[in-house]
Amino acid sequence: MATIYIDNKPYDADPSRNLLDVCLSLGFRLPYFCWHPALGSVGACRQCAVKQFKDEQDTQGKLVMACMTPAAEGTRISIDDPDAVEFRRNIIQGLMMNHPHDCPVCDEGGECHLQDMTVMTGHDYRRYRFDKRTFRNQYLGPFVNHEMNRCIQCYRCVRFYRDYAGGRDLDCFALRDIVYFGRREDGVLESEFSGNLVEVCPTGVFTDATLKQHYTRKWDLEFAPSICAHCSLGCNTSPGARYGTLRRIVNRYHSEINGYFLCDRGRYGYEFVNSPLRIRDVTWQGGVIDGAAGVERLSTLLAAGKVIGIGSPRASLEANFLLREAVGAANFFAGMADDELRLVRRILEIMQSGMASVPSLRDIELSDAVFVVGEDVSNTAPRMALSLRQSVRQQPIRSIEKLRIPVWNDNAVRDAVQSAKGPFYIASPYPTRLDGIATEVCRAAPDDIARLAFEVAEASDENSPAGRIAAALRNAQRPLVVSGTGLNNAAIVEAAARAAQALGAALSYVLPEVNSAGLAMMGGGTLAEAMEAVRGGAAETVIVLENDLYRRAPAEAVDALFRSARHVVALDHLTNGTTARADLVLPAATFAESAGTFVNNEGRAQRFFQVFIPHGEIQESRRWLRDAMLAAGRIEAEALDRLDGVIGALGRALPRFARVHEAAPPAAFRLVGKKVPREPHRYSGRTAMLANITVSEPKPPEDPDSALAFSMEGYSGQPPPPLIPFFWAPGWNSIQSLNRFQEEIAGPLRGGESGVRLLVPNGAGQQQAGVPPAFQPRNGERLLVPVYHVFGSEELSREAPAVASLAPGPYLALSPEDAKALGEDTAEVSIGGKTHRLPVLVISGLPEGVAGVPAGIPPFTGLSLPAWGKFSRMP
Amino acid sequence: MLTPEEQREIEQEAASYPERRAASIDALRIVQRRRGWVSDEALADVAELLGMSPAELESVATFYNLIFRKPVGRHVILICDSVSCWIMGYTKVRDHLKARLGINFGETTSDGRFTLLPIVCLGACDRAPVMMVDEDTHLDLTPARIDAILERYE
Amino acid sequence: MEKPLTARIRPDGEAVDLKAYERAGGYQALRKALLEKSPKELIEEVKDSNLRGRGGAGFPTGLKWSLVPTGDGTPQPRYVAVNADEMEPGTFKDRLLLEGDPHSVIEGAAIAVRAIEGSAAYIFLRGEYVLAAQRLRRAIGEAYAAGYLGKNVLGSGCDIEVHLHISAGRYMCGEETGLLNALEGKRANPRTKPPFPVASGLWGKPTVINNVETLANVPHIINNGAEWFKSLSRSKDGGTKLYGASGKVKRPGLWELPMGTTAREILEEHAGGMRDGLKLRGFLPGGASTDFLTAEHLDVKMDFTEVQKFGSRMGTGTIIVLDDATCPVGMTLNLEHFFAQESCGWCTPCWSGLSWAERILQAIEDGRGEDRDLDDLEAITKFVAPGNTFCALAPGAAEPLQSALKYFRGDFERHIREKRCPWPS
Ligand SMILES: Cc1cc2nc3c(=O)[nH]c(=O)nc-3n(C[C@H](O)[C@H](O)[C@H](O)COP(=O)(O)O)c2cc1C
Ligand code: SF4
Ligand code: FES
Repeated sequence: MATIYIDNKPYDADPSRNLLDVCLSLGFRLPYFCWHPALGSVGACRQCAVKQFKDEQDTQGKLVMACMTPAAEGTRISIDDPDAVEFRRNIIQGLMMNHPHDCPVCDEGGECHLQDMTVMTGHDYRRYRFDKRTFRNQYLGPFVNHEMNRCIQCYRCVRFYRDYAGGRDLDCFALRDIVYFGRREDGVLESEFSGNLVEVCPTGVFTDATLKQHYTRKWDLEFAPSICAHCSLGCNTSPGARYGTLRRIVNRYHSEINGYFLCDRGRYGYEFVNSPLRIRDVTWQGGVIDGAAGVERLSTLLAAGKVIGIGSPRASLEANFLLREAVGAANFFAGMADDELRLVRRILEIMQSGMASVPSLRDIELSDAVFVVGEDVSNTAPRMALSLRQSVRQQPIRSIEKLRIPVWNDNAVRDAVQSAKGPFYIASPYPTRLDGIATEVCRAAPDDIARLAFEVAEASDENSPAGRIAAALRNAQRPLVVSGTGLNNAAIVEAAARAAQALGAALSYVLPEVNSAGLAMMGGGTLAEAMEAVRGGAAETVIVLENDLYRRAPAEAVDALFRSARHVVALDHLTNGTTARADLVLPAATFAESAGTFVNNEGRAQRFFQVFIPHGEIQESRRWLRDAMLAAGRIEAEALDRLDGVIGALGRALPRFARVHEAAPPAAFRLVGKKVPREPHRYSGRTAMLANITVSEPKPPEDPDSALAFSMEGYSGQPPPPLIPFFWAPGWNSIQSLNRFQEEIAGPLRGGESGVRLLVPNGAGQQQAGVPPAFQPRNGERLLVPVYHVFGSEELSREAPAVASLAPGPYLALSPEDAKALGEDTAEVSIGGKTHRLPVLVISGLPEGVAGVPAGIPPFTGLSLPAWGKFSRMP
Repeated sequence: MLTPEEQREIEQEAASYPERRAASIDALRIVQRRRGWVSDEALADVAELLGMSPAELESVATFYNLIFRKPVGRHVILICDSVSCWIMGYTKVRDHLKARLGINFGETTSDGRFTLLPIVCLGACDRAPVMMVDEDTHLDLTPARIDAILERYE
Repeated sequence: MEKPLTARIRPDGEAVDLKAYERAGGYQALRKALLEKSPKELIEEVKDSNLRGRGGAGFPTGLKWSLVPTGDGTPQPRYVAVNADEMEPGTFKDRLLLEGDPHSVIEGAAIAVRAIEGSAAYIFLRGEYVLAAQRLRRAIGEAYAAGYLGKNVLGSGCDIEVHLHISAGRYMCGEETGLLNALEGKRANPRTKPPFPVASGLWGKPTVINNVETLANVPHIINNGAEWFKSLSRSKDGGTKLYGASGKVKRPGLWELPMGTTAREILEEHAGGMRDGLKLRGFLPGGASTDFLTAEHLDVKMDFTEVQKFGSRMGTGTIIVLDDATCPVGMTLNLEHFFAQESCGWCTPCWSGLSWAERILQAIEDGRGEDRDLDDLEAITKFVAPGNTFCALAPGAAEPLQSALKYFRGDFERHIREKRCPWPS
């Protein structure tokens, strides 16, 4: 710690940080633009100027940029110095020279950093009296809207998009006061992180194009802390709703997980919540009945016995647990494809064995040598790919230590490091978007990928690919192995663990879905067993929880299951194959309309809370189940009314979930006797928005499940992190208000980060799968591997229009050689007894004997991939 | 498509730097020398050859003023508009040129013969006013001399 | 009077070729540098000579070289970048050397490479210097052929490469860190300092950036010694200087004169004084980015310290003369137009302040000026003061503006009052 003086008062400061960072951490109001906590300092905007003095005697001082000045011992600065104040005001005047006066019609209005900073600096009169420069805007795709006239040339967008996220189609053009930030031509932004521009841009140049469809000011949204439901990483989000529809999602900072950024699937997948496919009514054999009747039916079925429940990896722990309670542990089945369930269980065992440490995304970012084993992270866990991109900078940054450039000095670091990258190895059957940062890429069939990783674990010869990988990891300070369930290959999972263990590396697995870990931990039988139970007559009623079984097993098997069951009950958000076959359909609340817990790929339990109260009969799955249990006379369900009660019962029933309640404060939690408001204090229209129904303002709805209130009243300070619905502080209306919520910039939120890791290493776990035999190509057949798509492969986000517009249709991916041999644009392939004619997509690099099909995209849902596909005419 | 000669010349330039993208400006100049300007297609081709994205190369190309991203005439006139030339009668020379060619800055004569552009100080201030036509520098300009000079460029 | 820089320059405007250069003692200094002197000795010699950078800032050249880390475990390779961007309006000195005596620049660069135990020099030449490019290319070829460049130069075991980079135009490329980015094929935005280029420059490697004229002096210093070099000067800064004059003087031109020659001597003796019927109203001593001085300052010794005493800088030493028949407002507008246009767009004070200043000046010149305009202009000059901006471009732009407001205030006021430019256009 160093002592620095700010306006003559001493403060403790971390000398490895810069003055802007320190001043903000200390709570000073110092304006800035080009600096960003995750992107570092570049000194372009000159907004953060302060006066620096040599010593106590120095009364002149000179202006310095706080963001470019280290908080070295004895540094003396003044924020209030009149020259500094005047200069900062002039900077805003310069920035505002060309800026339109369009705040009232600007999407950023009310959460605009430029507005905040303008107020902060006190600039209120524009002396500039000439024309403003104007630009043409671009079409940038379904996610991001472009309005260049609002640009203040802070360069944040390109620094994020290009330098941080590796995007190559957004850049800056021309110079002086007409620098243009955009693409070379109109078109969809290529990076799957483009949505972060909305938050990175301090003004309204890049705004959320989906929000525009149903625009609402930040202050008019009601928020709740939430968890992204679209992959296994569990990024923290802050969804906002109004009038009973979900309007948008923004990032909710978590220092260990998503930090400042989300992927576009996470940001824009939310629109499925508003989908026309939403189930809003209870139906019995196709006819609408009311909620009470629905409960009645379900209770009758429950009471009749012979009921099994099929849980879901996209449903909360609580919903799955209620199902398990309703049907009895012995009748609970996990609702994942069987091989997938086995794989996830094995991964959890490995994670718990202590063979390797389990890194957070933050740890992954700081890793300095990486081996990615058979997982297309950019498409299966996009936010992890963004962290991995930062990992290749670690070794080069260390190698320039002698230059003593502080890491926050971003351009200086980049100029010194240039294109140098740390060791990064990828083994994958097809090209991935991380290949560009890789030291070496190995293209191989799944089994050969496993063989390579096993070889890495043993390797000593540095001249083989495996040896090079082993050496790079062994010589690193923070080596990392990444793998996952993407290729659905037990040997890969095993081999990755062996390699991590042998090389002392951390080990991160990508799991299939948001709560795959939670569901796998809950136990229960396999889908095959469930089918067997029905076929054998042991069960007559099947309750399917938030799950489309057609995505879990081949259609014939699912059809058979539904045929043999006497009654099928489905609880879900959207109509799908399963709900179409169900006798009783109960409209289930989505993540945004419910509260619960997801367990992410680190084994971290995280709580999400209800954002808004949905229209129609929709209610949380666990409530449907609990109501039916009560109606069936199951007294024990009394205690399962509130979320806390469910979590308590879960912990008692399954001790591995004993700590789940620690993920967030209970519903009874109060701050100075108050709940935490979901709505900003400027929330408007409360007295009017229901006037068409009743002119007297109704009492805000109760929320028995959380310490959050559906109201603008309540505690106005900073709540504990799991309960922060949105970031706002006096004078800080934009997302930058986050600075006010952290202990130190880019550090944990005040009060400690949320979530509890449930998996405690226990030293158990034996190696299971051995080294598989080398892959053997077959004549006339190809091994069809699943090819993942960030937009399209995941079930729910597929139904969000913006995401859906970027999802590919079905195709057959062939190597150029195979495509040539085939000589046609479409190909006929039989898999699992069915023949499909599909357009051919050429992917160079596919290994011999391997082809690909898009994962999670019809008609390949429900197939267990990889699978051999027979071609009618292929050598 | 870049011609083989263009590619060869670009590769030659690239060889004198440790990173390929360093040759980006050389490469754009090489293309422009042969084609007069850099079209979108040419830019994309150069980008690919140097392992850059088109946007990255465009970002560079639009920074520099001697890279033409629009077609130009057969001859490009760069007239110095900086201070010494201004003192020495730039305005008259410029107005004469514009009138004579019937075009403004940034425009090309309808016969495609000349494009007129302003340029910063050409480093011949002792012989101001100055202009360049293609690769030739013309000194001590007067309206009268300009007519004779233009004659030389078909 | 010795004129080491220009003595070889041919009156017919042709370049000195390798033969002629060698005959005149060329490449002897490189030989000495490689075979007789250690890199440390080279740096000491240059340090002792008081050679200060001729690019405008006057940084001591020997000191700059000595800041490059050498020895075991220090970064390799190391580079020299020759700043031949010469785009400062009113400056036309490096062109003479590049076109007239290219080998002197190449030899200077090669010696600099040796002094920092580097491997290569890049000559960064502005695109419009077509003739210079041809001649440099030829000279570099000759030097390679003669073994002055390439592998194992003169049997010394040292490899020295010299590459010619031809730029595509932008004043910012002359700013030394902008130049580095431009050489790397990037936008010529300036780089963060520290680290300075001597520690982290081209491709992150230690790099010395020197002006053409600076390097052309180096062979002479190595040949004749530091004492000789200092003796050429009339000031503390060593050597001769290429001084120039443009504007309405009788004989505009460029002359090699002892460092510290007065502005009066340059303008009255060498440039022949003002054209008949004109009086000197002011002058920019060394290019567009220096403060105006007036007739009362004519006796200033043109060197890096003396000119500063009067609130200006020697800059590039090429004087631009404002006569009494030329509108000072128009001239200031012309200058600020240049700077605003060349702003790289990186830092706010520059891209916003200069474009604003240009518009105000245009309004005043067009007769649309307002009383408050002069306050706003004044404020802008403070806004873009040194330290407030990222690089020296904008502070350079402030220099002629602030001094014009000081010395020619009456002219500005008259424009505003009369709502027109009082000078016939
Ligand atoms: C905007 C700007 C333009 C410059 N242009 C040139 C130039 O064209 N040539 C030059 O030698 N120095 C130029 N300089 C100065 C260089 O930054 C640098 O100081 C010089 O090249 C160092 O060489 P020296 O030490 O030999 O003088 C410029 C500086 C600025 C701020
Ligand atoms: S002062 Fe700022 S905007 Fe101007 S050229 Fe320098 S860095 Fe660029
Ligand atoms: S935030 Fe410090 S200069 Fe932009």
